[in-house]
Amino acid sequence: MTGSRGRVGVPTWIFLPALAGACFVLLPLLAIVLRTPWSRFFELVTSEASREALQLSLRTSATSTVLCLVLGIPMALVLARTEFRGQGLLRSLVLLPLVLPPVVGGIALLYTFGRRGLLGESFEVLGVQVAFSTTAVVLAQTFVALPFLVVSFEGALRTAGQKYEVVAASLGARPTTVLRRVTLPLVLPGLVSGTVLAFARSLGEFGATITFAGSLQGVTRTLPLEIYLRRETDAEAAVALSLVLVLVAVLVIGFARQGRGSSL
Amino acid sequence: MKRTIPLALTAVLLSTALAGCGGDDEPASGDGGDAGETTLVVYAAASLTSTFEDIADEFESTHDGVTVQFNFQGSSDLVAQLQEGAPADVFASADEANMDKLTADDLQGSEPELFASNTLEIAVPPGNPAGVESFQDLAEDGLNLVVCAPEVPCGAATQKVAESAGVELAPVSEEQSVTDVLAKVTTGEADAGLVYVTDVLVAGDDVEGVEFPESSAAVNLYPIATLGESENPDLAQEFVDLVLGQTGQSILGDAGFAPAP
Repeated sequence: MTGSRGRVGVPTWIFLPALAGACFVLLPLLAIVLRTPWSRFFELVTSEASREALQLSLRTSATSTVLCLVLGIPMALVLARTEFRGQGLLRSLVLLPLVLPPVVGGIALLYTFGRRGLLGESFEVLGVQVAFSTTAVVLAQTFVALPFLVVSFEGALRTAGQKYEVVAASLGARPTTVLRRVTLPLVLPGLVSGTVLAFARSLGEFGATITFAGSLQGVTRTLPLEIYLRRETDAEAAVALSLVLVLVAVLVIGFARQGRGSSL
Repeated sequence: MKRTIPLALTAVLLSTALAGCGGDDEPASGDGGDAGETTLVVYAAASLTSTFEDIADEFESTHDGVTVQFNFQGSSDLVAQLQEGAPADVFASADEANMDKLTADDLQGSEPELFASNTLEIAVPPGNPAGVESFQDLAEDGLNLVVCAPEVPCGAATQKVAESAGVELAPVSEEQSVTDVLAKVTTGEADAGLVYVTDVLVAGDDVEGVEFPESSAAVNLYPIATLGESENPDLAQEFVDLVLGQTGQSILGDAGFAPAP
């Protein structure tokens, strides 16, 4: 967007608060690195409980990211490309998990999918138990991550505008073709960054999971839950695992940046 | 106009940050405000919340100008904070292991004293839909049993009881705290949970308690001590004495705690 010539700089004083902000984010990360027990690091992060927790986290986060795509892309399209009464209200409600404390999300899920919940009894009749299962973890992660995908994808759709879509439609392309051949390729960077955000948020999900899914090694105890539990007996192990989680998050976000340039 | 907004924003952010720092320090130095105003900071296990609030009311009514301020959390969280230098006058733990961590770091002022004990009880949803009558019933197939993780005190007690009773428990979830276990039972997610006698009392009509004789294998003991860093050691000791004395003991007894052996 900005050419190499004629770039407008920022006022010098702005660097001071910017630097303070950067320190505010980076110093705690440095603190984790400094406190990491390097001599025990490998042993701590490769223990069976740690490996199972990391694997479970990666597996459930991948699943909830797919769910977020399946549900979120259509939601973003409807919000960005259509107009109807109450759309604004609907948008705010859908985005609510962004600002809700995760524990509130967990309670809400409990009263929806729990055994005595809104839908829970129907599930029970069908012989499906959501409570205390890996499914519950995926639901919790999807609930908190979905708005991240919807927000960034909707933003990308609005920024891209409808110019090319209108042209394609005027040439006789049907709505599905326009969506598949024009819209989605055009906003792919936005979609990728939304997907990465959703995955990263799923990976970090804690409050809704502990409230709704419970905590059992290999079934519902994701890496954040494992870290929280380890603090009770072995603070060093908790720090080591925290570092692993930070590294995975950095890798995920870095990977997305690499692929998509400035979209993140 | 363009300039003032970011400047104002920075100012607001900075002042909020600074205010945050100041607020943290304030309760420690009890003599900060008006003359004669003292704040006694008590770190106590979450399970003591209601009883210690009652005890604090008693304490404040007999000590003019003294305010008792609480930090109620899991005992290990509290110890971790104290080890990182959190200012406090009194620490009451839900188990001896966490008090030991404190004494190992030489942070205590007075010698820790036991002031209460607590035993496990089975909590079931009202009506006991799964028909749990004994500790052995907890091992039944298809029962949604929720317990505390072995890492936390109530979980350690659970493990001890199960071992001494020779019962292999297969919980569907190992929770972080008694409150989490209780929540799973009150919402009906779990058919049974292992919590403390006091938790069943606190939950009222939301759960039913099933006592079992094997619980005597793991009696949880609550120690209390003043902290070495306390700026009001005498006042801190008076609070400890109140907990150990008749008033404290009767409040604890009403809540279901058994006296310390």
